[in-house]
Amino acid sequence: MADYKNEFGVFAERPKVEKKFYDGNKIIVGLVIFFAIVTLPFWKNVGKVIPAPQPKLDTPAIAKLTEKKCVMPTDWMRANHMQLLIDWREEVVRSQAQSGPSDFRVFESPDGRKFLASLSNTCMNCHSNKTQFCDQCHNYVAVTPTCWGCHLDKELKVAQVEAK
Amino acid sequence: MGIDRRQFIRIAGISTLLGLGGKGAWELLFPGQLEAAFLAEPVALKAKRWAMVVDMTKMDDATAKLCIQACNRVHNVPDLANPINPKDKVPPEDKVRWEVKWIWTDHFHSAFPGAEAEFLPERVKALNFLLLCNHCDNPPCVRVCPTKATFRRDDGIVMMDMHRCIGCRYCMAGCPFSARSFNWRDPRPFIKEVYQDFPTREIGVVEKCNFCAERLAKGQMPACVEASRGTLLFGDLSEPRSPVREALKTYFAIRRKPYLGTNPQVYYIV
Repeated sequence: MADYKNEFGVFAERPKVEKKFYDGNKIIVGLVIFFAIVTLPFWKNVGKVIPAPQPKLDTPAIAKLTEKKCVMPTDWMRANHMQLLIDWREEVVRSQAQSGPSDFRVFESPDGRKFLASLSNTCMNCHSNKTQFCDQCHNYVAVTPTCWGCHLDKELKVAQVEAK
Repeated sequence: MGIDRRQFIRIAGISTLLGLGGKGAWELLFPGQLEAAFLAEPVALKAKRWAMVVDMTKMDDATAKLCIQACNRVHNVPDLANPINPKDKVPPEDKVRWEVKWIWTDHFHSAFPGAEAEFLPERVKALNFLLLCNHCDNPPCVRVCPTKATFRRDDGIVMMDMHRCIGCRYCMAGCPFSARSFNWRDPRPFIKEVYQDFPTREIGVVEKCNFCAERLAKGQMPACVEASRGTLLFGDLSEPRSPVREALKTYFAIRRKPYLGTNPQVYYIV
């Protein structure tokens, strides 16, 4: 073996270390246990079919509607309701800063129906069953919208009114 | 067998179309169905420059209390001394630090520093001035906000977009009128009667008076003005015949700290 060299000169031979896998058994057993624990959630659910959520539409407000239509076509809403809510929010809270002193709070849908652009006062009036309608899918896909830290879901209030 | 070139292009084209997203595909397949629009509510009150006049010659403590209560009720302002669960009650020294206030009262020497004379009329000394956000023409809170969560609308209202507030509290440092409050705690346990038509706030955002922008949009006057028994006047400063202009034409009015150059738009008739 060549001498161990650097810019200061020649040094003694590089020490020879025997290449050996120490404590192999313990390490392998430890790794197996580690991976078993980390992948436990997958093993628990393997082969199981988690049923897709079925958001419920059976609120009294929806039952009263003659034409059961949301503000936009249902398929579109299913894919884009978050964008719609963000658009509503920008339009109601901020847009007047650009477009002059007026409040654009009324949303006109493509088929000409008019709605107040409001999560708590329009969406939640019909979909008053937040746990059945919103939370089910959001939990299923593991998203946590931050709406409800400030905005009021009317579930409790509607339940009280129905009880009366 | 694999697919031939024709099939490959067809599949790629269709999947691109679908992959371009819901909206693009919808527009191609069902043109015109998604043309939505935003309209102003026909009843909305509009102005070029909203302003308020507080008539301290008529205002008394009972009326001021009514105004404060009306505001706190319709804006879900938490009352730290009066929580839903008595266990959450905040000790008085913390209440001063954590208090959320949109509209409040204070004495002349605190409200108008720099304007006090050595000898003031006893009446003025004893007055509890009703204070609120001044909706300045040159608002320092807007200038310092790093996310533009606070902005000035064209009708003069200094608005907050709670969705954008990151709770840095620069605006609280910038505001010379202490009109802004930080939510040190979750306000929900301190709101006994929740007003369903207005959201609450969250822990970690700043809030302040918004001149009842949400009520103006519905054609209603601000809550404090409605409760004020005529001691608060609200109107368009650019309209010569509005109640605020009429009042300012007749009486001499002062403003809080005008020498700072923020041009506050709440006037006090003393």
